[in-house]
Amino acid sequence: MALLETSKSSLGSVLGSMNPDLASERQTASFSVEKLTAWLDGGVEHTLIRRAVVEAIESDPIFSRENQYFQTQNERYEAAVRKAVHLQKKMHEMGWTENGPEFKYIYRALSGDVAFLLHRVFMRSISVLGSDKQISKWIPLATQYRLIGSYAQTELGHGTYLQGLETTAVFDTTTQEFILNTPKISAMKWWPGDMGRSATHTVVFAQLYVHGKCYGVHPFIVQIRSLQDHSLCPGIIAGDIGPKMSFEHIDNGYLMLQNVRIPRENMLNKFCEVQPDGTYVRQGSQKINYFTMTTVRISLIADEVIIPLMKACTIAIRYSVVRRQSKLKPGEEEAKILDYQTQQEKLLPPLAAAYAFHFINDYLQELFNKAYSEIQNKNFDTLPELHAFSSGFKALVTQYCTSAVDICLRACGGHGYSLLSGLPSLYTKIVASCIYEGENTILLLQTARFLVKCFKAANTGQPVPPSVTYLAAVKPEKCPAKNKLDFLCPDIYTKAYQHMAVRLVSSTAAKLQDLVQSGVKKHDAWNQCTVQLTQAAKAHCHYITVKNFVETVEKLETKAGIQKIMKHLCDLFALHGIFSNAGLFLHDGYISGAQMDMVTASYLDLLAVVRKDAVPLVDAFDFTDKSLNSALGSYDGQVYQRLYEWAQKSPTNKQMSPAYERYLKPLLHNTLSKL
Amino acid sequence: MMVMNADLRRERAAATFQPELLTHILDGGAERTRRRKEIEALVINDPDFQHEDLNFLSRSQRYEQAIRKSSLMVMKLREYGIADPEEIYWFKSFVHRGRPEPLDLHLGMFLPTLLTQATPEQQDRFFMPAWNLEIIGTYAQTEMGHGTHLRGLETTATYDPATQEFILNSPTVTSIKWWPGGLGKTSNHAIVLAQLYTQGQCKGLHAFIVPIRQLGTHEPLPGITVGDIGPKFGYDEMDNGYLKMDNFRIPRENMLMKYAQVEPDGTYVKPLSDKLTYGTMVFIRSLIVGDSARSLSRACTIAIRYSAVRHQSELKAGEPEPQILDYQTQQYKLFPLLATAYAFHFVGAYIKDTYHRISGDINEGDLSELPELHALTAGLKAFTSWTANAGIEECRMACGGHGYSRCSGIPDIYVTFTPSCTYEGENTVMMLQTARFLVKSYTQVSSGQRVAGMVSYLNDLSRQRIQPQHVAARAVTVRINDPVSLVEAYKARAARLVEAAAKNLQAELNHRKSKEDAWNRTSVDLVRASEAHCHYVIVKLFTAKLSEISNAAVRAVLTELCLLYALYGISKNTGDFLQAGILTDTQITQVNQRVKELLAIIRPNAVALVDSFDFHDVHLGSVLGRYDGNVYENMFEWAKKSPLNKTEVHESFHKHLKPMQAKL
Repeated sequence: MALLETSKSSLGSVLGSMNPDLASERQTASFSVEKLTAWLDGGVEHTLIRRAVVEAIESDPIFSRENQYFQTQNERYEAAVRKAVHLQKKMHEMGWTENGPEFKYIYRALSGDVAFLLHRVFMRSISVLGSDKQISKWIPLATQYRLIGSYAQTELGHGTYLQGLETTAVFDTTTQEFILNTPKISAMKWWPGDMGRSATHTVVFAQLYVHGKCYGVHPFIVQIRSLQDHSLCPGIIAGDIGPKMSFEHIDNGYLMLQNVRIPRENMLNKFCEVQPDGTYVRQGSQKINYFTMTTVRISLIADEVIIPLMKACTIAIRYSVVRRQSKLKPGEEEAKILDYQTQQEKLLPPLAAAYAFHFINDYLQELFNKAYSEIQNKNFDTLPELHAFSSGFKALVTQYCTSAVDICLRACGGHGYSLLSGLPSLYTKIVASCIYEGENTILLLQTARFLVKCFKAANTGQPVPPSVTYLAAVKPEKCPAKNKLDFLCPDIYTKAYQHMAVRLVSSTAAKLQDLVQSGVKKHDAWNQCTVQLTQAAKAHCHYITVKNFVETVEKLETKAGIQKIMKHLCDLFALHGIFSNAGLFLHDGYISGAQMDMVTASYLDLLAVVRKDAVPLVDAFDFTDKSLNSALGSYDGQVYQRLYEWAQKSPTNKQMSPAYERYLKPLLHNTLSKL
Repeated sequence: MMVMNADLRRERAAATFQPELLTHILDGGAERTRRRKEIEALVINDPDFQHEDLNFLSRSQRYEQAIRKSSLMVMKLREYGIADPEEIYWFKSFVHRGRPEPLDLHLGMFLPTLLTQATPEQQDRFFMPAWNLEIIGTYAQTEMGHGTHLRGLETTATYDPATQEFILNSPTVTSIKWWPGGLGKTSNHAIVLAQLYTQGQCKGLHAFIVPIRQLGTHEPLPGITVGDIGPKFGYDEMDNGYLKMDNFRIPRENMLMKYAQVEPDGTYVKPLSDKLTYGTMVFIRSLIVGDSARSLSRACTIAIRYSAVRHQSELKAGEPEPQILDYQTQQYKLFPLLATAYAFHFVGAYIKDTYHRISGDINEGDLSELPELHALTAGLKAFTSWTANAGIEECRMACGGHGYSRCSGIPDIYVTFTPSCTYEGENTVMMLQTARFLVKSYTQVSSGQRVAGMVSYLNDLSRQRIQPQHVAARAVTVRINDPVSLVEAYKARAARLVEAAAKNLQAELNHRKSKEDAWNRTSVDLVRASEAHCHYVIVKLFTAKLSEISNAAVRAVLTELCLLYALYGISKNTGDFLQAGILTDTQITQVNQRVKELLAIIRPNAVALVDSFDFHDVHLGSVLGRYDGNVYENMFEWAKKSPLNKTEVHESFHKHLKPMQAKL
């Protein structure tokens, strides 16, 4: 502490006073930041609720993330459990409920740094897959935390491909029990969150066997730890899977089952049941299962992907107007690094993308709500479209945002690599989203399957969902743009995206058909086209994102300067996509070489335009300093002082390193004679 | 000893070439391979260098292990009489398994700087104590506020003729030295770069030897504030540090004065040439190119072996699950990276050889080739580190969820490698340095001069202007199965992008007054031009390497990789080739098709191609990438050692869970 005090007095702490380089950026904003924030939140009333939740969480020291960069895996885990426990109390105190308007902001306010997230998945899976009787037995216990649940699906040997799971549940008619086993090492459950140390129960997915016949994968509730002393139950081997790239606070676990017997009633049986005599009965539609996956994919896009990108943009852009380096004009002050075109090219397209994806998330939510109400009425028609969309956008958005966060990190020079910048932990967390809840390549192929099907249907006059009717409109046209300003016309670039998407879908469909007609087996033909298929799926999602951005901007009121800046961002997002995928647009000559030069020129002009509002545009995301937890990205821009003061809090500076006494001292003193 | 996984055994049996032969090529001869393995065995069989898996240790424990091993390493190197720089590098990299260590800066910067920049008297005072580790030094250049832009450094060294001392100061927060490795906890001396003031004038940056910690107690000296900069993205072993100096006095003789000097009365004597420092930069950047190749090779080894072991889903209904390496999308992720790793190996070797050749000339005073090499290594450093950085992540994600576990080893490779995009010259700045050279060469050509070396293709541009059909005529002549013809295609692309950037720069200059402004407004184009130039150089060097290979089977497989590298590069940058009319859209379709055919052709040799990199399991540090392929059993064994598993019931149960359950 003494060191900290000295540094404060000698440097004079300026934390809290505004860095003039950031202040000047805010003075020239072309729009009202407060109004943009309210609009992003979906209305000022939501902004107020969100801020109240954030304030309540951040003012409570138990939720503090202040020391998290210095903590070990063990300490992080303990803190997360403590927070999860405290959160129950807090919610009660504040009168927040799971169905209240505050609930969705809690996770954001905690920055996800809390345990028992899988407990919620456990409860949801019982609610969706369990019978009324099962729900009334388990849900109250879970709600009161009499037990802590997890969700054990993934195994060492199998992830996204669920049919391949190897855990077995064999029905024993004599005792009316299921006997669960992990028959081989690759069948061990691996990765489920909260399972390594915390959970007492888990939903286990296993291949159901009755009278020697396999009925496929089913869910079973299995107790794994004692409710008294938390020791492992007989037949259970469970533990933590060890350190990962991130998620130190989560005890991802492994689970091995050795002749574990559970009562017949523990199979979640809303859709399938094994009767006492072993008769297997299927009831109702299992399509609803897909709906659960879809729900998770859509909800993770906002919380786990777009928000981290917005945070990364906020940190990198604020830092880039505080950091001055080298000179743009001789004799002048060193320039803000955001004034360099190459820096703008790194940071402004990700900023535009953060907005684009925020809007596509709204679009998906709308699609989702519509499907949900139809499903309530037993109408499953929109499910394939929703499933294809949620898969494709999950893949596109996670992939794009992950590389964008990486760009933000590296745009902050050396300091980006310090954990204190906040960027490494944003990156290591977001990067997991490319894999979990469905590996991206596989998801893109699912979208592609839907597109190829719709393409065929659309071209044989069959009805297709409205979002893909464009696939029927294949026309051999050329882009009509005549000068670089034409490329600021949304109609021009949206058409270009549409054309490109249709071209990729149709050429891949044709290739598939050719292969099959030439005698290649269907599955081989599919595998031979998968690289193209993933490109087609991406092109489709990219097109919809651009189109949706354009439509969102059109719907905006013109006041407060918001529409104008959103139009610039929309143009930037669209033209950056053409600029960086030039070949796809040039390929069949839809855009000519001369037109591509116009795109480039317009794109580079836009960088300079958006540059002026870059700081207000990230301010509008409205992250508190505590939520950013970054020495580089705080609102006041006192980057260097903060970095210096935070570094001194590092445990490495608080004690004499044991390495000195043990190794350095002998090295410096005694070893000389030996050398 | 576990039995080798059946899939990997099959893969190895099916290879069409002998991996050892390729290993020899990578090492630079069978004898080098033998010696490397000999040194590797010295380290790996030495119980002194063994320790618990680093993934389970805290940062402070990792630092401690690293220091322990470093001290032993220095002693053993001398005991074994290993003195060749490359052999030292091998030894060190086996000891630390490719990770940084706290003495890196002492060995890699402090000692060499003393050798090159200290006067004989200074060497007497400092070199032997440093060699014997009485003095442990670091190299303190980067400050909180300035990195790549050296002229902006703010630390001052003001000469006081009355006491014949320099007074060192960190006048602002931004001037605090920040990042130097080994500074935080290890070093007792630092070579500090500071703006020299004498007789009231600033003479620019100079290097000073500054004692920072008390010999004996290791406590910071009065006037010195020093510490660790806190946790980072990787580099846990390294105590990157900060250093703040308040009126800290050092004797005049502590300025490194082999070149520039300050006389007792304060008179400043200028150095003869400042180009000499280029040599060191070129050398370090060439090391980074080699490091890009090695790091990417390690990641490819892990991902490809694991993809041969992992079975998933179905290609044909009813058949056993296929190896994931049989999926086209998986091959498309991994094989271009494998080809890239090979390409970068050859580029790294080329730069190293060229550097050694040229540095001979430099010692004889011939600096003529230095500017081009300097420009080329800047760009290649950026190009290869960017590509490898993204490639390592691609390999990790190709391993699905398990890639995310630290047991895969890839997260560690990534965090250790990724800072090289920034250190020793931030990549974008490096690309712009290369661009400056390209534009200069282009200007020379435009004014009728000829240029030599890797940029000589620019000479053709003037000829094309006389024959406007030249480029178009060449389009149809690109043969996509001929590496030599593809080199020409890359050459044409580079020429086109350099010309476009130079013309845009000229157009901006015509509009504006300031050169700097015009340069800034063209910098996106300039970076593209540099990238195209580097890409061309790499394809060219890879292609040139093929003719040196005598074994037909090895040459065949490397030719396939070279073709894949070149064609994949085209398919990822089709816009450039289409827009310049180098290739037609029909040819692009053929290129895309050919890439996919090559994936299938390379598939049977994929495992053998990563075996050729010859990483020992201990060095690879990956459960997924084990040579024997026994992945799942060993993941379980590894996880059992996790710190969270030290007790069966975690303490947080008693602290938090139980009280909560009692309350609710």
